[in-house]
Amino acid sequence: MQRAGILLPLLFAIACKPPPDEVQHMPQADAARGLQVIERAGCGACHVIPGLRWPKGATGPSLEGFAAQGLIAGRLPNRPDVLAAFVRDAPATLPGTTMPAMPMTTAEAQDVAAYLYSRREP
Amino acid sequence: MPEASIIPVFDPAGPYAGSITTLSWVLIAMAAAVFAIVLAALWVALFGSARLKRKLGGRTAIWIRGVGFPIVVLTVLLVYGLSLTRNLTAPVPADAMRVRITGEMWWWRVAYLDGEGRPYMLDANELHIPAGRPVVLELESNDVIHSFWVPRLSGKLDMIPGRRNILPIQADAPGVFGGQCAEYCGGPHALMGFVVIAHEPAAFDAMMAARRAPRTPPDAGAGAALFRSSGCAACHRIAGTDANGMAGPDLTHVGSRRSLGAGILLNNTGTMMGWIGDSQSIKPGNRMPPYKTLSAADLQTLARYLEAQK
Repeated sequence: MQRAGILLPLLFAIACKPPPDEVQHMPQADAARGLQVIERAGCGACHVIPGLRWPKGATGPSLEGFAAQGLIAGRLPNRPDVLAAFVRDAPATLPGTTMPAMPMTTAEAQDVAAYLYSRREP
Repeated sequence: MPEASIIPVFDPAGPYAGSITTLSWVLIAMAAAVFAIVLAALWVALFGSARLKRKLGGRTAIWIRGVGFPIVVLTVLLVYGLSLTRNLTAPVPADAMRVRITGEMWWWRVAYLDGEGRPYMLDANELHIPAGRPVVLELESNDVIHSFWVPRLSGKLDMIPGRRNILPIQADAPGVFGGQCAEYCGGPHALMGFVVIAHEPAAFDAMMAARRAPRTPPDAGAGAALFRSSGCAACHRIAGTDANGMAGPDLTHVGSRRSLGAGILLNNTGTMMGWIGDSQSIKPGNRMPPYKTLSAADLQTLARYLEAQK
């Protein structure tokens, strides 16, 4: 009985965990830290970002439902490595794009990408 | 924008804020003590013995505890508070740096004044000061009542149209200190932030000397032409160019500002482009119109031009 008390919640925890998304799984990145980077860098000045109350900029596209989006900026495959590179230094990743390089480290950019993937629409 | 979004109000960084913080804690402690005494009296009135209850009432008790006690306590507090915060109203050294800060809906006009009180350098939304020296602010308003408040450096003082209020501030060490308009002034009042940057005195003097020197504006090419043709100069001034609008914030040093939109966004190319393109989506109701007619290349050119204005 005592063992069941330990094992049962454990079983539930395993059972409840969603299967890792093979394409957008970023185990090394921290989505919560990503939101802090987004707030600090000011991504909201141009983009509506789910979970960010302010600002809700309108110059760039809304990033709601980004995980389900096919392409980044209409051109690049929506993969973690590409997205992390794009949010940090867009002109180097996609020459000619409107979005400028943003002040964040490589690790922070990965956190930002993880955050954008973590917001799944119902 | 870290320094303007969460501003600690009990963490003084200079003598003027220090005396106010001490007074705040003393007042809070006194209030807590009086509250405890009142609760104790209430407990006695409800549950105390008849003998104790009798001691609560009567003419003598009312004169002593209801009149005498408050008069003594409040008089002591008043004298103590006035002497503690004397440094806020004491005359400042005549050679102290003076800056006029004018409240606008919904930003701050900043003018550094020379010895005769004439502005020699204009800026907006940010103030550079030397650490360890008192700085005198002349607070004014051009429209409605605003209130200037940088909690870690000094007290809160209203900016009233037609008046000039004097507020001394000082930072003991270099650092960045957030401020916020503390009097509701309509529309995006909550997004009317301010930033004070305190420098080592030597670095500060060098920076100001560089800024006072005659200015050759960088990049007079495509950016300057676009700035002119887009109509930016109707409201914005860039010293050394023909842009001399005074309705909006001065952009002469916008490239070296930490923040945009009056202390609300970190200043970088992305936030600059977003602000120019549609500042209404960032700070709804502010007086700069959106420029959705600009192409992506135009936005990039303008942002680069403004970033070069150091």
